[in-house]
Amino acid sequence: MPVEPPVSSPRDLAEAYAVLAATPTARPIAGGTDLMVALTGELGEPPERVVDLWRLDALRGIAIDGDAIVLGALTTYTEIRRSALCGEHLPVLVEAAATIGAAQIQNRGTLGGNIVNASPAGDTLPVLLAADASFVLGSVRGERIVPASAFWPAYRQTALTPDELLLRVRIPLTAGYELRFRKVGTRRAQSISKVVMALGWRDGGPAAPWRDVRLALGSVASTPIRAARTEAALEGRPPTPETADRAAEVLAAELAPIDDVRSTAEYRRLVAARVLHRFVREAGGW
Amino acid sequence: MTVYRFSVNTVPVQVNVPGMRRLLDVLREELALTGTKEGCGEGECGACTVLIDGRPVDSCLVPVCQVDGASVSTVEGLATAGLTADAPPVLDGLQAAFLQAGGAQCGICTPGMLMAARAYLDEGGGPDEDAIREAIAGNLCRCTGYTKIIEAIALAARAGG
Repeated sequence: MPVEPPVSSPRDLAEAYAVLAATPTARPIAGGTDLMVALTGELGEPPERVVDLWRLDALRGIAIDGDAIVLGALTTYTEIRRSALCGEHLPVLVEAAATIGAAQIQNRGTLGGNIVNASPAGDTLPVLLAADASFVLGSVRGERIVPASAFWPAYRQTALTPDELLLRVRIPLTAGYELRFRKVGTRRAQSISKVVMALGWRDGGPAAPWRDVRLALGSVASTPIRAARTEAALEGRPPTPETADRAAEVLAAELAPIDDVRSTAEYRRLVAARVLHRFVREAGGW
Repeated sequence: MTVYRFSVNTVPVQVNVPGMRRLLDVLREELALTGTKEGCGEGECGACTVLIDGRPVDSCLVPVCQVDGASVSTVEGLATAGLTADAPPVLDGLQAAFLQAGGAQCGICTPGMLMAARAYLDEGGGPDEDAIREAIAGNLCRCTGYTKIIEAIALAARAGG
């Protein structure tokens, strides 16, 4: 039988902040798809106390706010898949949500949970990096904003202080900014990524040079990462065969993945380079 | 220990348990509903699938504190009692289709398969094979190779769910 730590069930955000301020070792639970597995004790020490966020409606909902789409931290993958707003403004996130687990996990797992769990294999994380998302964090001390690019400083670590909660995710919507996503796993459902990649660029058509290129990857380093050298190789260039060849080569040299139970370093480098090559080819229409 | 109230197969229930107890354990140990099976215990296999407010979830990943006030459906709720005391229960259309198509071997995955398929059909899912495969992608079966399970769900879909 798994351990059953005591649980606090705050009714609103203020109460949740108070519990976390009083007990900084308490671990928040949302949909439980990661934390409930931790209770088996097979993944390290289970938490001493749990704070149940599931009923905090302030952390739900998807809305357009000015030139951004804002998603509450408790937004489930199913809600993302079914959201008309996400489908219209951020289809790449819908695509990513559809690759996570299967129906049972998508009905429970949340965008905020994916972010806070901070797995290097978190499938939405490259999308958030490539889309230049920022995260709104809250505590008894008030709210602050941290960009996705500064949120995962080291393996399984986040910018959250122990008494802080992730409240919302804010993703800028820039006209003409294109985003692509691809996950490579052992099978289509229920698999953890061998490589997961998202690419963003400001598009001017198949012959126009790319601007503001952002290339993000998961499962190839100890955190989700941006590939800065490859971004530089793509920046200002049109999506031609020469650009694709060069960028794929730079990416294969830039990545330093490891061998583990899911894949090998060599496979990850090769497949990442091929996925990027294909993105460029598809954009160039050749 | 805390008292939690919810419904299981439309019957109101009340349990007095630690809030982090898995819904799976509450169903099996507190409520003696052992139709729901534990497979992996970590959300990979779908054997413990039940519906919460109509949506399939892995009951091994749901703490009971999050079910308070909700409506839970398990495999025990599929068949209905016969019209007289000695009449056999009337199977749900999906159960009948699993029997007809031979959609079970060892049976451990079957309750979860039935509940994932029930949610799919209840949302208007049809006999399309790709859609059925996606609906049960979170349910592993180590015996059948899935083909007969998919045939059974398509059969039930064609019969009107």
